[in-house]
Amino acid sequence: MSNGVASLSTPLASAEAAAAVSVANLRKSFGNLEVLKGVSLSAREGDVISILGASGSGKSTMLRCINMLEVPDSGEIRIGGETIGLRQSRKGMVPADQRQVDRIRSRVAMVFQSFNLWSHLTILENVIEAPIHVQKRPRHECIAEAMELLNKVGIADKRNQYPSHLSGGQQQRAAIARALAMHPKVMLFDEPTSALDPELVGEVLRVMRSLAEEGRTMLVVTHEMGFARDVSNRVVFLHKGVVEEEGPPAEVFGAPKSERFKQFISSHR
Amino acid sequence: MDFAFMRDSFVTLLGGVPLTLNLAFMSVSLGAILAMLLALMRMSGFKVLDWPAQAYVFVFRGTPLLVQIFLIYYGLGQFRPTLQEWGLWTFFREPYWCAVLALTLNTAAYASEIIRGGLQSVPHNQVEAARACGMSGFLLFRRIVFPIAVRQALPAYGSEIILMVKATSLASIITMMEVTGLAAKLISQSFRAVEVFVVAGLIYLILNFIITRIIMAIEWWLSPHLRRPPAIEPRLEAAHV
Repeated sequence: MSNGVASLSTPLASAEAAAAVSVANLRKSFGNLEVLKGVSLSAREGDVISILGASGSGKSTMLRCINMLEVPDSGEIRIGGETIGLRQSRKGMVPADQRQVDRIRSRVAMVFQSFNLWSHLTILENVIEAPIHVQKRPRHECIAEAMELLNKVGIADKRNQYPSHLSGGQQQRAAIARALAMHPKVMLFDEPTSALDPELVGEVLRVMRSLAEEGRTMLVVTHEMGFARDVSNRVVFLHKGVVEEEGPPAEVFGAPKSERFKQFISSHR
Repeated sequence: MDFAFMRDSFVTLLGGVPLTLNLAFMSVSLGAILAMLLALMRMSGFKVLDWPAQAYVFVFRGTPLLVQIFLIYYGLGQFRPTLQEWGLWTFFREPYWCAVLALTLNTAAYASEIIRGGLQSVPHNQVEAARACGMSGFLLFRRIVFPIAVRQALPAYGSEIILMVKATSLASIITMMEVTGLAAKLISQSFRAVEVFVVAGLIYLILNFIITRIIMAIEWWLSPHLRRPPAIEPRLEAAHV
């Protein structure tokens, strides 16, 4: 609570000022349950970070704090060098400036576990909605770009259909196209394949892999060990609200230091 | 049954249809605006806004429309000097405006609950997706919340509109010559209550049949996502493939 507004200038934060995203000492409680107990993490441009952990470890909460879908109780979040302002209110911490939050959110795209496409809009309309109405870009330009993105994720032929007409895998690829249309600096993936039938997981992972190869900055909360091992360049393992293990995948999977992470890997074979 | 008389009555009563529709249209559209306001007050999270709206809904849903019409038309007449002072007497003097006001206030109470239900049924995850894209405030409401809520609320709102068309018949009590008013007049001249009321009922049935169809058409038009997808999708131009 005490350091809510004050910027934390630990050596870590200043040394990585150029980081695309950095969070420092993030704490968050829901009622009496402390979900995050001081998590720090930073991603440079082009980093693909897999965030692993058992359910309840705080990994989704941490991701949702980055774009302020959850407001942390204390700690600091910096996106592209800009610190998100927080202030204390009667109901706990709230964003100090909603316009700043909206501006940052429009450059930090999120892909959700259950896709969260807008049911009353077609796939194409879903993709162009925010670029037109939030980023105020010209409609024809947005449509042309949306068509390219839908082609890229392989569902251009579904552009005039509604989300309810698509399979889970197709919906998630549409959601990825919607995220890409915002020209995001950072992409957050919150268990993007967890709601999918096993046979549909591959098509979504293929799209994500191609994004990683383009050099996009991605933070991925996932249970897909294959993705964490082969695609990401760093793995973070959360346990009970703290970072328990962290490093390049070859290192952490090859020689895990933490006993809990060893157990976690063996249970996710 | 005298069918020739019924045919003549039908033609006579048709003369009341414009006023019936006028009353229904005025009160439903003005009522919708008031209802929207009440629903937003209820959902504002501020007690000073929520409680008055709740009290309003309680009073206007809990008392008969007929009583409300009487109170506005006859009751406000007692305050004529005050109303004249405020320049409102020209308004409350007219039975038409009294009827519109009573119907509007009444439908707003019911419609606000329908709208509130629609707004509350908007899936949280779709709102969250909009927030994550940088939408907030009025933009979020206008582009995502409201369009989804309307689609949820429309079936219930449709029956509210039909109820209002029928409720306009109560305006005949305060001298409005709409369909029921004309029917009552015709009966007092001819003493043939059954024929005239059968014809009047038939006219309401026809009106509501048409209104039901229009609402169904709007529902169909607004909910392509609930229909089966088109069987054949147009192929993409070669340039895109």
